[in-house]
Amino acid sequence: MKFGVLVFPGSNCDHDAYHVLSKHVGQPVDFIWHRQTDLSGYDAVIVPGGFSYGDYLRAGALARFSPVMKAVKEFAAEGKFVFGICNGFQILCEAGLLPGALMRNNNLHFVCKHVNLRVENNRTPYTDEITEAKVLSIPIAHADGNYVCDDETFQSLEENGQIVFRYCDENGEITADSNPNGSRSNIAGICNLDRNVLGMMPHPERACEELLGSNDGREIFRSLAGSIEALAA
Amino acid sequence: MKAKVYVTLKPGVLDPQGKAIHHSAELLGFEKIGDIRQGKYFEITLDQGLSAKEALETAEKIAKDVLANPVIEDFSVIIDETAAEAA
Repeated sequence: MKFGVLVFPGSNCDHDAYHVLSKHVGQPVDFIWHRQTDLSGYDAVIVPGGFSYGDYLRAGALARFSPVMKAVKEFAAEGKFVFGICNGFQILCEAGLLPGALMRNNNLHFVCKHVNLRVENNRTPYTDEITEAKVLSIPIAHADGNYVCDDETFQSLEENGQIVFRYCDENGEITADSNPNGSRSNIAGICNLDRNVLGMMPHPERACEELLGSNDGREIFRSLAGSIEALAA
Repeated sequence: MKAKVYVTLKPGVLDPQGKAIHHSAELLGFEKIGDIRQGKYFEITLDQGLSAKEALETAEKIAKDVLANPVIEDFSVIIDETAAEAA
């Protein structure tokens, strides 16, 4: 099993993702510079957080034109795993690999804090080792995490179980007060129809050590590793 | 020749920045403001050899593929044939 972590100019969570995959998942990882166009040999690619291209134009808008993204699209079409975190989620939406868009937070603040997430669907390769409706404590750090989509898209997300994480309170209730950015229906993370592409605004790679306040993020990375292993078996 | 591209949020898409600007304008004492919505403006200098039609097609393609996100934004393009090429 081999993971790749994409690196764009302005990525800043690439080393965190690398650290977690190598130390806490215990698998080989490579950094993949955005000009690289060959992803053969990898089972999963992480599109990390940060401010690719300085968020110029729109968050994630310019990264989608990096040479590596054509390879990422082909990689996803082959059913391999593509996991976008924060800016990575924004990039995947801009690239059309996930539906909808991420807009400026409705409160206009850059929000950096631990939030509670409810696992809405644990029948995905990223969550199948987590109990459904479990509440995870994972930090967010973004100014553009306000998930927006039209009614038709929202309905199909719901019907197809593509809403994977929602912001909730500590009891797992989906409330307006627990929504940190105005996202439609408290959406924090979604997957594509085939379940191999996931995007989420919170940072599970920053929640893998007790010292950092939570290690709930490990469960997501370990689910993914387990899914890759199951596919290979 | 210049193409002027306006990118605006689709109607119905919440614009928190526009709202904050609206609020500031009201604090300054401006009244009778219905709404303020923020957008983006781009000037694209095009080759003088292009016809107005070609210029419009080129600018519309750039707007569609790069400048606007069709999920949340609309765009409009105006071609200014009198504008000189940038030095």
